[in-house]
Amino acid sequence: MTAVTARGLSHSFGSLEVLDGIGFEIGPGEVLALAGPSGCGKSTVLEITGGLLEPSGGSIEVSGRSAGSERLASCAWMPQRDCLLPWYSALDNAGLSLRNQMRSRSESRAIATESFEHFGLSGFEQARPSELSGGMRQRVAFIRTLVSGKPVLLLDEPFAALDAITRAELQEWLAPVLAETGATVLLVTHDVEEAIYLADRVLVLSPRPGRITAGLDGARGAAGDRTEVVSSRSFNQRREEVLDLLGPGVDHT
Amino acid sequence: MKARAWLPPFLLLLALLGLWQLAAESGFMADTLGLESFLVPAPSEIAEVLWQDRGLILENARTTLVEIVAGFILALVCGLLVAFAFRSSELIRRAGYPLVVASQTIPVIVVAPILVVWFGYGIWPKLLIIALICFFPITVNALDGLRSADREAMLMMRSLDASGLQVFRRVELPSALPGIFTGARIAAAVAVIGAVFGEWAGAEKGLGYLMLQDNAQLMTDRMFASVVVLSLIAILLYVLIGLLERVIVRWR
Ligand SMILES: Nc1ncnc2c1ncn2[C@@H]1O[C@H](COP(=O)(O)OP(=O)(O)OP(=O)(O)O)[C@@H](O)[C@H]1O
Ligand SMILES: [Mg+2]
Repeated sequence: MTAVTARGLSHSFGSLEVLDGIGFEIGPGEVLALAGPSGCGKSTVLEITGGLLEPSGGSIEVSGRSAGSERLASCAWMPQRDCLLPWYSALDNAGLSLRNQMRSRSESRAIATESFEHFGLSGFEQARPSELSGGMRQRVAFIRTLVSGKPVLLLDEPFAALDAITRAELQEWLAPVLAETGATVLLVTHDVEEAIYLADRVLVLSPRPGRITAGLDGARGAAGDRTEVVSSRSFNQRREEVLDLLGPGVDHT
Repeated sequence: MKARAWLPPFLLLLALLGLWQLAAESGFMADTLGLESFLVPAPSEIAEVLWQDRGLILENARTTLVEIVAGFILALVCGLLVAFAFRSSELIRRAGYPLVVASQTIPVIVVAPILVVWFGYGIWPKLLIIALICFFPITVNALDGLRSADREAMLMMRSLDASGLQVFRRVELPSALPGIFTGARIAAAVAVIGAVFGEWAGAEKGLGYLMLQDNAQLMTDRMFASVVVLSLIAILLYVLIGLLERVIVRWR
């Protein structure tokens, strides 16, 4: 069974046509990247998948169920901005889903603390979000998404706001984390390198109204560290391919 | 508060009082106004009467303070409940908001005597008048605060299994707290005015009542003394609410 199945998804905000017949499947444990130019409806696909928005047309199933509330229950959404709540410590932000699931405060903190240790955030448990660097904020936001224990993670440009070096660092950090958790992931990005590096498969979207123009294999699980993977011949070929598909007007960073 | 923050207004106040003192003592003010000099007290005379009659003034101040605090709390509870209700349903908001605005156009001086007829000379008419004028700034600011909550953060919470109530508690309410405190501070300032109007409409105690008595006897100096105490009450409440805000809204 597939974890996520979308067929002919279309969506309009008023008269603005944003998506035009998007279809894809994600297998359990698979990482699928959606790459596309700004404003082509990537975030909209995520919100629809996560049950936060109903599509104007087409169908979407998560874990075999299509009702909005059931999609909501199966997916954990990481929005484009980190949305850390300034009135909670980093640790309590990370444990929000557990508190929502009615776990006790001490239990939530214990679980989040474990994740902090595991994912290299030890020592920042009590920090206020405003005291964290951009890279750390994104990690906290990711842990917040992960500890919810949901089978499907929806990541909206998790590293877009970061500088190039930190972004590369976090991509390298995220790859093994995703492998370890075995979660199904729908990753949205306009960073072509990020898409190929982290994903099993990459779908390329056209400018608005978004439709899928191509699909190709990602480099997930390739041997070697990030620099090696990213500078390999096959990686560069794929990058060129995607950039060609995206056409002019896309940042070639 | 840093010395630098309160020093300039304090010095300005001192300078103004000094000018007033000079103008009153020299008879300049009384002459200009064409009045007997006892009707135009100097700050030093006001201070003197404040000290001499401190027992009487404090006793009346206590009554007024109780009215203010109780009326303020009543307005706070009602204002927050109304703001929460408005936030919970667009229909309720659209139906109720014009009424809240209309409540602000009711001239307090006009309804005060009616309330005295209905509820007598006790604390209730004062409470209602204070609540009536405090209610508006509290409700409007609380509602603005609630609406300032980050939509994306609320969706994120939904996606992380939050119920509507949990979204409210963990995102909307904290977002609204600065607004709620702003409303409360404005309300604290106008509550004093409400109390005085309430007492003028009919009372047996309180600083507003005392001012009426003194007015009848042309005791201008003691009227000013009452005004000073009323201002101090307003400032005290304002500062207290500000301190409370600092303790609660620490993330700002
Ligand atoms: N709630 C909304 N109401 C109206 N228009 C919207 C809404 N949300 C998104 N849009 C519009 O729909 C289009 C697609 O938005 P979306 O956020 O899905 O694009 P995106 O591919 O994620 O873009 P970006 O790369 O900039 O994040 C944009 O033109 C956006 O302005
Ligand atoms: Mg987006």
